[in-house]
Amino acid sequence: MIWSKEETLPREELEKLQLERLQETVHRVYEKVPAYAKKMDDKGIKPDDIKSLSDLSKLPFVTKQDMRDNYPFGLFAVDKDSLVRIHASSGTTGKPTVVGYTQGDLETWTECVSRIACMGGASSHDVAQICFGYGMFTGALGLHYGLENIGAAIVPSSTGNSQKQIMYMQDFETSLLVATPSYALRLAEVAREMGIDPKKDLKVKIALVGSELLTDAMREEMHKYWGKDLLITSNYGMSELMGPGVSGECLEHCGMHINEDYFIPEIIDPVTEEVLPAGEQGELVITCIKKEGLPLIRYRTKDITRLFYEPCKCGRTLCRMENLSGRSDDMLKIRGVNVFPSQIEEVILSVEELGPHYEIILEREGYLDKLTVKVELAHSTDSFSELEKITAEVKNKLKIILGLDAKVLLESPNTLQRFEGKAKRVKDLRGI
Amino acid sequence: MFAKQLTVFIENRSGRLSEVLGVLKQNNVNILSLSLADTTEFGLLRLIVDNAALGKEKLTESGFSSLLSNVSIIQIPHKVGSLQELLKVIDDNGINIEYMYGLSIESEEAYVVLKASDIAKVDEILTDNGIKTISCDDLASL
Repeated sequence: MIWSKEETLPREELEKLQLERLQETVHRVYEKVPAYAKKMDDKGIKPDDIKSLSDLSKLPFVTKQDMRDNYPFGLFAVDKDSLVRIHASSGTTGKPTVVGYTQGDLETWTECVSRIACMGGASSHDVAQICFGYGMFTGALGLHYGLENIGAAIVPSSTGNSQKQIMYMQDFETSLLVATPSYALRLAEVAREMGIDPKKDLKVKIALVGSELLTDAMREEMHKYWGKDLLITSNYGMSELMGPGVSGECLEHCGMHINEDYFIPEIIDPVTEEVLPAGEQGELVITCIKKEGLPLIRYRTKDITRLFYEPCKCGRTLCRMENLSGRSDDMLKIRGVNVFPSQIEEVILSVEELGPHYEIILEREGYLDKLTVKVELAHSTDSFSELEKITAEVKNKLKIILGLDAKVLLESPNTLQRFEGKAKRVKDLRGI
Repeated sequence: MFAKQLTVFIENRSGRLSEVLGVLKQNNVNILSLSLADTTEFGLLRLIVDNAALGKEKLTESGFSSLLSNVSIIQIPHKVGSLQELLKVIDDNGINIEYMYGLSIESEEAYVVLKASDIAKVDEILTDNGIKTISCDDLASL
């Protein structure tokens, strides 16, 4: 089912709408956001210079660093009174990236997620269990309001307590599951441990997965345990842009349709920053053209993908982005959480008893990512409690900053590998 | 009297303990007593040796995290119940023992290495109670 007629607009009409909204947004941002006005002035660009969609490439980029530099509300185009919701995601300095929504933004968000839910096969008949962490993370609430809007019955079960999750699925006859691919697999594992076969004993027919790369291997694994008829679609978004709802996969499985009447995508060469033609792989850059609170212009997502504009068999005219093939920088996705090695480094440097060298090891245990951090002792001790205190301190700080449990291994001085030039401190052994 | 104990941090990895012992052997450092305590990830090897300072220097050179600390080597009669009697003296004074390990030699005396929260106080208590403490050198020459 196609939720909105805008999803099928002829390209000409769509582009007309995009240009109107882009011009309006650029004018507004130039007036309301001094940091962005300065960037435009530095480039010698005025809002009136945006006469066509191709003029978009004249505008300066916004990066995550800009968000940090303007923490918390510096890039907002409305005053705090107009906000009705604030979310945040982790940031390298321990300061999160803050995003704010006006009432209008929440409506936009709900609309965008309603669309991607329908793209993935959801309907008002579904009982939708949302196994994303509720809280500052945008994933859970984004899906929540979108699915509620299309009339599905929401089970806001959040993450954790997997046995209870399975009980809800069984008792409430959950038909739609929202989770990261790895958690969906973990749930299947728990169900089997409980003597429940997800294929036969549960009624889950649809999985909307996101917040993590969905590789073909993961998709196959999911079919293996949840049944070959399970409809699995991935969707994409990030809190800076709105949260989930930027794009979603339709049942044709040929990439994720971008809600282009809200977001204009570009693909750039991450090094030269030049815009690349359709079909070429590069970094995804998104301009929000209908956001009120935080209308980011040319936001560098760091996600690597390509764009396809050929019409889709599903009837939508919205362009498609390929399922992600990685990141243009060193960001790691661990259990759905964005992690920069620099965040881990900062934690280690803040612990006096440790040296500055470290190693990050990512492994797969069952279907979940396992994070191990090896650190070197710089101080000597003959007390276990002190060693345990050091380990606990690192663990706690990582938990606070990343929201992840990590295993911390203490090593003797000079045992970890040293590097000349750029250090390779991350060993990703997950094989994805 | 205090004795110098040599403590070495070792990762719980096969061969690491042997590496430590190899360094001591090469430098002719003789082990008089030891205790190895471990968790799943790491261990602390605590040693009474005949030359703790040399041991520490060489281990540090070889990249080990090691430390010298003061402990008491206490002489007790080599007979049933004497260790408990010693502990009674320490407990009665409200001293908390962090760890302890022992050695018995073919003689009438046995020795325990003891580390308490307040080792100066322990030393005082032992002297007051006429309990003998010895040095590493004493131990080495036995």
